[in-house]
Amino acid sequence: MLRYIVRRLLLLPLVVLGVTFLLFLLTQRLSPEMRASLYVKDARQMGSLEEVIKQYGLRDPVLKQYGRWMGQVIKGDLGYSPSANMPVARAIKEYLPATIQLAVVTMILVVFFGVWFGASSAVHKNKWQDILARFVSVGGFSLPIFVLGLLLLMVFYGKLGWFAPGGYSFQSDLIIHGANFKTYTGFLLLDSLLNGNLRVFADVLSHLVLPAVTLCIGSFALMVRVMRSSMLEELNKEYVRAARAKGLPERTVIYKHAGKNAIIPVITLASIQFIRLLGGTVIVETIFDYPGIGRFGVIAAQQLDIAGILGFSLMVAVLFVVGNLFSDILYTAVDPRIRLE
Amino acid sequence: MFQNRILKRIYTNKTSLFGLVLVLCFVLLALFAPWIAPAENPHNPYQMPQAGYAITPQAPSAEHWFGTTEQQYDLFYGVVWGARLAFVVGVTVTAIAFLIGLLVGGLAAYFGGKVDETLMRLTDIVFAVPSLVLAMVIAAMLGPDIKNMMIALTAVAWPSYARLIRGDILSVKRRDYVTAARTLGARGPRILLRHILPNSIYPSVVVASLDIGYIVLTASSLSFLGLGAQPGTADWGQLIAMARNWVLGTAQNPFAYWYTVAVPGGAIFLFVLGWNLLGDAFRDILDPRQA
Repeated sequence: MLRYIVRRLLLLPLVVLGVTFLLFLLTQRLSPEMRASLYVKDARQMGSLEEVIKQYGLRDPVLKQYGRWMGQVIKGDLGYSPSANMPVARAIKEYLPATIQLAVVTMILVVFFGVWFGASSAVHKNKWQDILARFVSVGGFSLPIFVLGLLLLMVFYGKLGWFAPGGYSFQSDLIIHGANFKTYTGFLLLDSLLNGNLRVFADVLSHLVLPAVTLCIGSFALMVRVMRSSMLEELNKEYVRAARAKGLPERTVIYKHAGKNAIIPVITLASIQFIRLLGGTVIVETIFDYPGIGRFGVIAAQQLDIAGILGFSLMVAVLFVVGNLFSDILYTAVDPRIRLE
Repeated sequence: MFQNRILKRIYTNKTSLFGLVLVLCFVLLALFAPWIAPAENPHNPYQMPQAGYAITPQAPSAEHWFGTTEQQYDLFYGVVWGARLAFVVGVTVTAIAFLIGLLVGGLAAYFGGKVDETLMRLTDIVFAVPSLVLAMVIAAMLGPDIKNMMIALTAVAWPSYARLIRGDILSVKRRDYVTAARTLGARGPRILLRHILPNSIYPSVVVASLDIGYIVLTASSLSFLGLGAQPGTADWGQLIAMARNWVLGTAQNPFAYWYTVAVPGGAIFLFVLGWNLLGDAFRDILDPRQA
């Protein structure tokens, strides 16, 4: 187990170096002027790029440049992002919590509704609940999240006016950036509670509804499938028959006995899906104009903001590798039959 | 025998049959695009013709069956030629990625040792970033157009095939008939080409071809983000990107421009649905334990 973790952690630098170096090679196709933004520290320097190019040797061989960039990264300096109008490191610090918050809320929806739909689909096999759940799980796999997102926006913002795009309303913005609002964690849902401001909390939560529902669709479809087949498997086992023979009520048999065992694969799947959601946030945050790291990445890519792109990719790679490791460890914690090698 | 089993499974299952029908419909649409929606400019049929330059989309009418989107691009034309473009992108990317995967996976499995280790770490690197994010970043740096989008998609798609093929070859390598061939004195390349590859390649070919739906979905995501097909191209994702401005409708009628989202969105949905249903059927056959 420990050996496995160590080996995976050793893979981390390799993966991060690999991803960033390959992308760095790609940036060499662009002019030195565009790449100069990587080395700029604040907005005022953007005017004198030729000096930056000379100072940092942007016409040097690629390996030399990469080494220099990596040296800066290790010191925590990721360059200046013109598209976000701030240093990349600060942008990540500011936007990442919003994305994690979105992913957590999404995952809660996925697990809750996925388990519910999947379990009732298995219990009422071939009844309407089952047919509905199977329909949703096949459809959810195939419906692109940008189509679903736009349709939801059309109905719940355009027609009903219930949920607005963005991360929070204008009024909340004034409060959040006001003098009396203390930032404890960077997660607005937590911070608003810690500040005792329920209006901001409700506002932030209401802005999370549409992105979270949109983002959950793909994972939800998978969750329903896994829960359904896992529940079906458990219901056919001997101990369920024994419980029924004892004369236990059907509810107890299903939810206390079979349900508890059926949920194991769901937990492991949820931890994997949590990491996968990061890919989807790119699209969802763009549609709903949600101020998270995905939207930052898209805008950086659209505007060819090299510092932003490299910093974003670096962060995603680190998050992905560490997250996958965590989900592997959780795997063994939940189900002791699984051993990591 | 294998083929019969697949056909039987598809014919007997209603949803698989529906998937097959959907995919076939799109194949026909793509093949006969020049007759269904004649191109104004045969040299570049993927460039959608414009019926005027008015900004506001027009509702479906006798002239424009599916309506027009922003700047009077005909949605019917876009859906029909978009189907053709979807197949061009899906088939090309899958085929090239599969060939790269075959080469890399084959080399890794055949040589083993250091070569294997190096090549597999390379696939780890690509796997370490979500494919949409990596494709997005690569497409952005190459410059947004369809060709570069296809390069980016290929770059993120090949590692999964490399792993798949490597695993298949490794398992076939230990079979008795390979040992038999070796004892008969066959040389390495002959064993690889005549005995191992033909027996290990078919499941991977099936898996790869079923990825076409997923590749097209990722491609349309890139186009939607403005990092793939450019405005005016008959590309489903690009049509939806144009629809983004019209989601809110008018003050009197919030759903005034519903067709700008629903038409291209429906096309992508049905296309991906068809491939997914077909894919489920094949996965059941290839791995009966999961059924």
